[in-house]
Amino acid sequence: MSAVEVQEAQIAHDLHKVVARDVNVYYGEAHALKHVDLDIGSNEVTSLIGPSGCGKSTFLRCLNRMNDVIEGCRVTGQITLDGEDIYDKSLDVVQLRARVGMVFQKPNPFPKSVYDNIAYGPRIHGIGAGKSEMDEIVESSLSRAGLWEEVKDRLEKPGTGLSGGQQQRLCIARAIAVNPEVILMDEPCSALDPIATAKIEELIDELRQNFTIVIVTHSMQQAARVSQKTAFFHLGTLVEWGDTQELFTNPRDERTQGYITGRFG
Amino acid sequence: MSTSQGEHIVRSFDTELEELNQTIVRMGGIAESLLATAIQALSRRDSELASRVVKSDGEIDLLEQKINEQAVQMLALRQPMANDLRAVVSALRISSDLERIGDYAANVAKRSMALNQVPPVQPASSIPRMARLVQANIKRVLDAYIAQDAEMALDVWHSDGEVDEMYTSLFRETLTYMMEDPRNITPCTHILFIAKNIERIGDHATNIAELVHFLVKGVQIEGGRPKGDTTSYAVMEPKPNAEEAPANGG
Amino acid sequence: MTEVAAPITEIRRPDLSGKRVARRYAAERRFRAYGLTAIFIAVAMLGLLLVSIVSKGYSAFVQTYVELEINFDAAKIDPDGTRDPAKLAAFNYQGLVNDALYAQFPDVTERRERRSLRGLIGNSAGIELRDMVLADPGLIGTTREVAFKSSDDFDTFVKGHISRDLAEADRRVKDQEIAWIDALEADGQVDVRFNTTFFTTGDSREPEQAGIWGAAVGSFLTLTITLLLSFPIGVLAAVYLEEFAPKNRLTDLIEVNINNLAAVPSIVFGLLGLAVFLNFLGMPRSAPLVGGMVLALMTLPTIIIAARAALKAVPPSIREAALGVGASRLQTVTHHVLPLAMPGILTGTIIGMAQALGETAPLLMIGMVAFIVDIPGGFTDPATVLPVQIYLWADAPERAFVAKTSAAIMVLLTFLIFMNAVAVLLRKRFERRW
Repeated sequence: MSAVEVQEAQIAHDLHKVVARDVNVYYGEAHALKHVDLDIGSNEVTSLIGPSGCGKSTFLRCLNRMNDVIEGCRVTGQITLDGEDIYDKSLDVVQLRARVGMVFQKPNPFPKSVYDNIAYGPRIHGIGAGKSEMDEIVESSLSRAGLWEEVKDRLEKPGTGLSGGQQQRLCIARAIAVNPEVILMDEPCSALDPIATAKIEELIDELRQNFTIVIVTHSMQQAARVSQKTAFFHLGTLVEWGDTQELFTNPRDERTQGYITGRFG
Repeated sequence: MSTSQGEHIVRSFDTELEELNQTIVRMGGIAESLLATAIQALSRRDSELASRVVKSDGEIDLLEQKINEQAVQMLALRQPMANDLRAVVSALRISSDLERIGDYAANVAKRSMALNQVPPVQPASSIPRMARLVQANIKRVLDAYIAQDAEMALDVWHSDGEVDEMYTSLFRETLTYMMEDPRNITPCTHILFIAKNIERIGDHATNIAELVHFLVKGVQIEGGRPKGDTTSYAVMEPKPNAEEAPANGG
Repeated sequence: MTEVAAPITEIRRPDLSGKRVARRYAAERRFRAYGLTAIFIAVAMLGLLLVSIVSKGYSAFVQTYVELEINFDAAKIDPDGTRDPAKLAAFNYQGLVNDALYAQFPDVTERRERRSLRGLIGNSAGIELRDMVLADPGLIGTTREVAFKSSDDFDTFVKGHISRDLAEADRRVKDQEIAWIDALEADGQVDVRFNTTFFTTGDSREPEQAGIWGAAVGSFLTLTITLLLSFPIGVLAAVYLEEFAPKNRLTDLIEVNINNLAAVPSIVFGLLGLAVFLNFLGMPRSAPLVGGMVLALMTLPTIIIAARAALKAVPPSIREAALGVGASRLQTVTHHVLPLAMPGILTGTIIGMAQALGETAPLLMIGMVAFIVDIPGGFTDPATVLPVQIYLWADAPERAFVAKTSAAIMVLLTFLIFMNAVAVLLRKRFERRW
């Protein structure tokens, strides 16, 4: 690296929460993600869009090392969180995941009570000793997820008994209960109806105050609505990323234009 | 619109965009011919022709309404992005520019009918020259729109300065005539307004040129508009009381 | 997208004629009929099996008793009047029974006839009397009615398993004995009672003395060992293989081997037990400990396969959810995956246990087929198990053991049904939806 590059990298680290440099992911022989450089700013919503199999979910899963679980998956390059390499040998992956929470495509509450769903994370991370503190965490997490009013009378009922949208907000509440710095969302609304989707989008916008959010979505309208930055992936490469507004009105790359205007599939 | 990147996956979207495009082109053609006819009526002192221009202005209004409806429908139902979004938004704005051009042409025709009531005056002969230039600009900007040619649009945009300069000189000339003989004031005022209308038409052509550029490149033209119209500051030395230009000058 | 322009020559509409519909309906009706027939055949077979077992076995749950007037003659039992237990125990009480019989049938005087008369009462009568007297010496000098188990032939005859219509030569109960039995019945001295002996004693050569309690205890001890060994080992192996082990040649090989082990004939496990546990390690023969170990080996693959299937059935989204909130892999497994898989694992385990409960072959190899009268008191005592007991009784020559065999089968089936019911109950209770 030249001196200028070092300096630029330093600036990127100072300005951004997560900095990815030359990230490559291989599933066995398949090269799923190729040379991705992407900066994710603090208290911003960054959306990752692109056709199916373009690597956007793969990239998202690199950010909290969920790919580690997948057999034969290999990640090269560097991803830093607050300047700290998350693929460093000395870094504990469980602690990383406490800092980088995740919400999945299908609402997946534990088959336990609403209360236990929220309390599980804090419990295993040693947050909130005693019942009253835990009650407080549960209430505040549910309130922040906009779910408290709807479930306060059924905290002991199973979380799986809620509606799809409520379940997804429960999952978001579960993720924020441990106060992560970054929240990753993998198509959080794809299984929800438009009203539930709107509630989640509103929630994402509010959460931006306190969290850095990265969201994978298939809906370009959703990306346009909720995010400040958008990154377009195609065939494992990051084609273009920048201000959402810019990307959706005047994309620089032909492929981006083709994708967002619906010209290739 | 000529799709440089091929067709949409949803082909009815292409059909709709094409339809919108055709309507704009048709509207542009009508606007262009309205201006030509109005000028013809003026130079031939043909009130019959002029009244036909006034009547056919309604057609252009109808087309504008149609484009509005089409554009709003596409925004609501197709949620266009990127160049498609720019195409729809540009179409909306170009149509309103063209509608204004139609209005001004009708205005020129009306005033030419008034001019026909009085004997001809000298400055009227400069109008067709100016009109031809504007007409050429409209034609070229429409060609630029059809061909998605940002360079040609930029060219039109630059040549508006010339129209403005012609207008300024016509303005001075007319003022001089009015100062010479008060009987010229009625025809000269009409001529002044006609010139102003044509100059406004030129401005709208410039607007369209900007929109074509935005449509193709995705960015606004950089730098200020070329301004040749200095009549707002024009003062005739011998008679300082003829100071102010028409209210909507500039 | 481009080849849509191909000219459409002819639009082919579906054939909506009634013929196709009728054919489809007929096919559906036929299919339903086949299914119902299959179920009917299966149910009929099962019913036949149950009817045959119950009809043969129900009589073993009752026992024919003969009431005799016993004179506890003080002069004979305790001539000294000391009531010394040692002396009391030494007396031949069978004589009292015989005396009572002779008194009942004074006409019988010939030696041979007297012997067959004595044969009407079971061999244990004298011992029963001795125990009565030892428990209550006050009986001496009194006369009272005492009910004795009849001999197995008498019992079988009374229960109607021996027909009067047969020629005397083909019959185990001769005409004279029938006459005696009829006389006793006419006097109201023959009584059919619930057979508690069957549920409280161990095996015996005498059918009227034989019980299944010894085998039941043996089965219980053996299965305890099996469960204690196979459940933790099986579950741990399954969890490791399913959740932690890398997928490579070695784990594939292990997986194939486990699946093959489940198909290995059980006798092979018996041979292994014989070779390793008995001959090499020198463990006791016929012991529930060894039996349990052998059965544990046999049950392990079943439990591992069932547990792996149950673990696989836990949706990956639950694992992701747990990992996503920062649970470690171990926490993910112990807090979420295992509890969710538990109903399935328990069901598999109980089915494996039921299989082990019904297993005979491997136990034959390690000596649990021995004739054992005592109720086993511990894991190393010689014991037998229910299915082996059934096998032994099925082999026994006495006619009365036929009913005992069926009765033992009923007991075994009851255990199996009970275990399966527990499996269903556990599944119902712990099953959760996600």
